[in-house]
Amino acid sequence: MHHIQLYDPPLCCSTGVCGPSVDPQLIRVSSWLNQLKNHGVRVERFNLAQQPEAFADNAEVKAFLVSEGPDHLPLVFVDGRLVLKGSYPDALQRTRWLDEVRGTSPIPGIG
Amino acid sequence: MKPFLPIANLFTPATRYFFFTGKGGVGKTSIACATALELARSGKHVLLVSTDPASNLDEVLETPLGSIPSPVAGAPRLSAMNINPVDAAARYRERLIGPMRGVLPEAALRSMEEQLSGACTVEIAAFDEFSGLIGDASAGADYDHILFDTAPTGHTLRLMSLAKAWDQYLDSNTSGTSCLGPLAGLEKQRAIYESTSRKLAEASVTTLVLVSRPQGAALREAARTSAELRSLGISNQRLILNGVFETSCPTDVIAQAMERRGRRAMDQSADFIDSLPTSILPLRPVNILGIEGLRILLQGESDVRAIPFTPAKWTAPRLESLDHLIGTLEPQGHGVIMTMGKGGVGKTTVAAAIAVTLARRGHRVLLTTTDPAAHLAQTLDGQVEGLSIARIDPQAETAAYTAEILRDQAEGMDAESRALLEEDLRSPCTEEIAVFRAFAREVARGTDRFVVLDTAPTGHTLLLLDASEAYHRELQRQARSVHPESVVHLLERLRDPQFTRILLITLPEATPVHEAAALQEDLRRARIEPFAWVINQSLLRSGSCDPLLQRREEAEHRYLSEVVERHATRTAWLPWQPEEPVGPEPLLKLARHPIPGALEAAASS
Repeated sequence: MHHIQLYDPPLCCSTGVCGPSVDPQLIRVSSWLNQLKNHGVRVERFNLAQQPEAFADNAEVKAFLVSEGPDHLPLVFVDGRLVLKGSYPDALQRTRWLDEVRGTSPIPGIG
Repeated sequence: MKPFLPIANLFTPATRYFFFTGKGGVGKTSIACATALELARSGKHVLLVSTDPASNLDEVLETPLGSIPSPVAGAPRLSAMNINPVDAAARYRERLIGPMRGVLPEAALRSMEEQLSGACTVEIAAFDEFSGLIGDASAGADYDHILFDTAPTGHTLRLMSLAKAWDQYLDSNTSGTSCLGPLAGLEKQRAIYESTSRKLAEASVTTLVLVSRPQGAALREAARTSAELRSLGISNQRLILNGVFETSCPTDVIAQAMERRGRRAMDQSADFIDSLPTSILPLRPVNILGIEGLRILLQGESDVRAIPFTPAKWTAPRLESLDHLIGTLEPQGHGVIMTMGKGGVGKTTVAAAIAVTLARRGHRVLLTTTDPAAHLAQTLDGQVEGLSIARIDPQAETAAYTAEILRDQAEGMDAESRALLEEDLRSPCTEEIAVFRAFAREVARGTDRFVVLDTAPTGHTLLLLDASEAYHRELQRQARSVHPESVVHLLERLRDPQFTRILLITLPEATPVHEAAALQEDLRRARIEPFAWVINQSLLRSGSCDPLLQRREEAEHRYLSEVVERHATRTAWLPWQPEEPVGPEPLLKLARHPIPGALEAAASS
């Protein structure tokens, strides 16, 4: 089973609809993660505003916060490997990942 | 009308929880304090809690209060506290951020802090402290009775419905996350919300005391609150009619009109008054502050009429007419004029008088009200050329915001993702955002016309201000989303003295003046400078022969002086009106009312 970990910048809620303006990408990402979950991927999502311990507990994430700062979140890990920093997967990447998961092949590293 | 009950009936037997609610300025705080004192005197341990972001409990009890119960000097067994939402949010933030100090870098802590400063966090934090006092079995165990002095109606309805709303939201949430944090950590919270919601609806546990003046708008608002809370299952309700006035002066025009106006309002709401156990309290010669004054509040008629009255010497300060003030707002031709102040001081009336006057002088004017009843504004709809009416209705705004997001974002989504989005939108936080965006939108409309905005009572205004600043910081930091123009420029518009003119409305009485002065300080901290003050419903130079009204008139003097000399750069003055000014002509007349001779400021001011 694949394992995706997503370290979000501080958010109010996972889709961002409870902030001053809506980020369409956040909504798409939430919906996409949900689909991955339905295909058996283990999805973990951490919000800096509400789960800071998760950021502190992961040495790589913590080091990133020190060197790059919180403005360069999110971080996306696949099976423990950092594959994306500073942005969420774009539409093409999302489709590719979903296709991979629907098949049996492993998720390719992207970056 | 059926007979009124003695006031003691309110607390024999007394339930564990009491809520005092009603329109602003009806006397909620005084009556809540007096009830708390009476229960404490009878040997009970009592906690009095204000949930108003602009709490006046400190002033009325003459005791400095904080976020935890502190004993009230001179009143054994009575403790009191304020739940201030902005302070509660600061504590909430600290609980999350504190343990991360020295663990995560400073920049990460700052960005957490920013995110946790929005309207959503503020509401959740205050609600957590409120529901903790009721729903958490261990909290409040030291007290026999807990009394809540609540903010004016809208805010209170929201507070009392949130327990059910969050409970239901958490119940149906499947995504595992929420604005409250990851759901896994929320089991305890949820039990508290569920228990709060249940206790509020239990008649043997909770009494809702609706406080009203014998006045049309206040009674209509009480009736609406009664119905809404009944629909939440809160059915143990009582009504107190405060400030009922009967004159001893048959020849006095003002006193007769005041008595008649009160009687007519009560007659018009007879069905509502008859539907609840009701008590009355007479009008007082002065407003009550301090423990001693409060003790006599619930003890029937005062004997003021028997004491001969000789007014002290006093030099009136310089005042201007509202019409004169409007004249200085006019040349700009557009912009936002906001009326702010404590509940019940006449913000809507003053806003309507200004809007009608500007429209009559040929300007394009939008009168926007946040008053849920919006009775006065409705009477103007289609009546004056150039004047249009709008309203910020939280439910309608939330529905429109939800529909907009679903239309723009949900296209092409599969059913499950759409359901996920809908779920986030069902969060009670959505309403805070929707109302905030509506506020920004109405302010933006002032770029090509006059927008006269009648704001909600102080407490809610403070929260909007807090949200404006928090979101402003957030928007400056992140460029990742598409922001509405109105939200991006909100704070800068509010800070532009050429664009936004804030009028602080007050009555010539202690609490409304001090609340407006505190609001002025808060505005200044946000780098927003109020334009002028308006003193409303003054009895100055009324010439009344009623001893009670004479005393009330004299009691005004120090507050008129205080406003002009200590708080305001310019002050407009409006007299008490024998008839509620409804419709264009009475409102125009009100604005044009001259200042009693010799008080008028130099016309060039």
